[in-house]
Amino acid sequence: MKTLILGAAALALSAGLAIAQDKTIRMGTEGAYPPYNFINDAGEVDGFERELGDELCKRAELTCEWVKNDWDSIIPNLVSGNYDTIMAGMSITAERDEVIDFTQNYYPPTDSAYVAAADGVDVSSAIVAAQTATIQAGYIAESGATLVEFATPEETVAAVRNGEADAVFADRDYLVPLVEESNGELMFVGDPVPLGGGVGMGLRESDGELRDKFDAVISDMKADGTLNTMLKKWFGEDTTTY
Amino acid sequence: MSDCLQTIQDYGLRSLGFGERLLPREGFTFCEQATLIGSGMIWNIYFGVMALLTGFFLATALAVAKGSPNPWFRKPAEWFIFVFRGSPLFIQFFFAYFLFLSLKNVNPFFSPFTAAWLGALIVLFLNTAAYTGEIFYGALRSIPKGDTEAADAYGMSGWPRFKRIIWPTMLRLAWPAYTNEAIFLFHATTLVFFSGFPAWQQRGDALYYASYFADKTFNPFVPYPILAGYFILFTLVIVFVFGLIGKHLNRHLPQPERQRIRLRPNLIR
Amino acid sequence: MFSFCTDPDTLGTFRWFSCYLTTGVHMSFYIAFFKVLLLLAITAPVALGFGFVGAMAARSRVAPFRWLGKTYIALVRGVPDIAFFLFFVIALDQAFEYLRHKALCPDWDQPIRQGSDFVVCTAAKLPLSTAPQWMHETYGFFLAVITFAIVFGAFAANVLFGGMRAVPHAQLETAEAYGMSHRQTFWRILVPQMWVYALPGLSNLWMVLIKATPLLFLLGIEDIVYWARELGGTKTSRFTDYPHGDWRMWYFLFLLVFYLAFTRVSEIVLERLMLRLTLGQATSGGEAQRKAAA
Repeated sequence: MKTLILGAAALALSAGLAIAQDKTIRMGTEGAYPPYNFINDAGEVDGFERELGDELCKRAELTCEWVKNDWDSIIPNLVSGNYDTIMAGMSITAERDEVIDFTQNYYPPTDSAYVAAADGVDVSSAIVAAQTATIQAGYIAESGATLVEFATPEETVAAVRNGEADAVFADRDYLVPLVEESNGELMFVGDPVPLGGGVGMGLRESDGELRDKFDAVISDMKADGTLNTMLKKWFGEDTTTY
Repeated sequence: MSDCLQTIQDYGLRSLGFGERLLPREGFTFCEQATLIGSGMIWNIYFGVMALLTGFFLATALAVAKGSPNPWFRKPAEWFIFVFRGSPLFIQFFFAYFLFLSLKNVNPFFSPFTAAWLGALIVLFLNTAAYTGEIFYGALRSIPKGDTEAADAYGMSGWPRFKRIIWPTMLRLAWPAYTNEAIFLFHATTLVFFSGFPAWQQRGDALYYASYFADKTFNPFVPYPILAGYFILFTLVIVFVFGLIGKHLNRHLPQPERQRIRLRPNLIR
Repeated sequence: MFSFCTDPDTLGTFRWFSCYLTTGVHMSFYIAFFKVLLLLAITAPVALGFGFVGAMAARSRVAPFRWLGKTYIALVRGVPDIAFFLFFVIALDQAFEYLRHKALCPDWDQPIRQGSDFVVCTAAKLPLSTAPQWMHETYGFFLAVITFAIVFGAFAANVLFGGMRAVPHAQLETAEAYGMSHRQTFWRILVPQMWVYALPGLSNLWMVLIKATPLLFLLGIEDIVYWARELGGTKTSRFTDYPHGDWRMWYFLFLLVFYLAFTRVSEIVLERLMLRLTLGQATSGGEAQRKAAA
């Protein structure tokens, strides 16, 4: 009898807790796209989006938890309900917006850029490497250059180093640290191309309430300048800010 | 319907670089998905058929070498089969691509090797040769003693003995397992662009286009089942064709014996 | 890990590597090996179970069962495993949640499919959204096991089906002559004897299963190939204390050695098993053993 009462009490307690703290928000990310998100030496999700996401959750008074998912299936798993948000350096595009909802952007529209191993590559007719199924790959396919697609961003840069491709086309922020540390082997060529509508947090279309919550705290962080500080911390002093 | 014919005209040979240059960017009708994924199947069939045809000969040589009493033949064959059967195809693709890249820098003769049509084909060729070699080796060991004794009694030896007695019997015994290997190989061709070699100008295999559509529509439940449908169809074709050849190989046996041979698949593979 | 690891830039080669190879990410890499082994250890018997049921259905005397069994074998064997993995896990997860939703929330009035969203009531979510991360991971692992088992179960069913048919007919006739029922013949005569015929096929399947583990990442499990790619990729000093170039080759070389060793060990074990199974069987192998002993 005693155990029964204890059990009932525990049940009541946990039910009360569940109402009080609401549910855990699961944040989906890729973990392979520094500085947006990556796995640090300790094996945890780290990066601009980790820091931003944690701060957003704190301000919105939500319990959040980070989950890694493969890029290819990151949207199907969101709509299927395996996690509740995507913060994975995902550019806001019209195609994606048809299937999921985005908050306002927390990173201004990004430049994509070409990097080559030699100066004077004509990017409009060269062989250009890009990651399969990215907006960059779509852009190159239309640009008239010869597109060669690799499964991971790592391989696209490797292709330029070993001469398979003349240039790689990717997010400028992904390329900057690589160019800096290549000792002059790699360099930016051509003009940067603005692609996409900035990076936003992706949510299910049926999750309007949660979206409004995050939207409000992003506005908050934009207004008090904390977002700009974070952007400068992760992307360097001369990055575009709000 | 006429829309669909137009789509087939535009995209039917897209995987080879003919027709529309740009892939569909919106709408994504069922017809477009089926056409492009079907177009990609050309590559799967190319890799499958070419690797099987070429691998067959190397496999026979490997099986004979592995069964040879001479260690100079036996050891290399054993190691070759062990390495290719013991590691995932995925890792083999990675190393092959890496190797071809470095060879290319040494000698321009190797530049076509980094393209999938040749480089991936070589990997698949070596891979299937190793698997088939092991199957054939198993079959060689289970050739009935009576057959070889009869050959000896007729005074056959060397090449004629191999060509007319051992080789046909080996094929006959190995055939069901070899059918399985053909199916596995055909399925393995989907890995070429998935994790092995880069796709140029959006010319890829069936899986490449299926994942393109899955990525654009965010709905994996249409393109992948289409892909699965194509593969089931072609797997049935393989089973049918190999069945015909198997029947031909066993044509000299009395009826009930033929039945029995069909039971052997699992003895070897 | 070690006390001297605080400032890796100043370390000598040996110490640098001893720090580098013991970082948290590398620990995840090592754990992934156990994950893969655990998954194989669980999947193999489950797949064998699926295969056994499939084979039994395929040779059933009841026509619908037979069709079901044969369709399962033909359908799953016809599809490349990779295509299966790309959509099957989500489908399976949605199917489970749909069933729970129907059972747990009968008075839910909103549609489950809202546009592209798949929405079930909170109580039907698997695992519950309040569940800790390890529950989610265990559930993902469970889905992966089921998916692997369904795929390889079809191949196993095919092998076992062949194995059952390969048992000499005389054995079954003898059983019948002794007055055994159909069921008795199946369990006492057919099943014990079929293993020796099925084992070569099953061991081959085991090898194929081992080599399919790199596909685990598609199922949401962080396996060794995922970590090898992740760790081997170029690292710049802004995001790690241990910057290095493209080291994927070394990591993959390590994996290659692991896989070769693993298959070699499996081969040896399976060979021994084959020897034991052949004992006392009416096959040429069993006959040879009998003669050797006599």
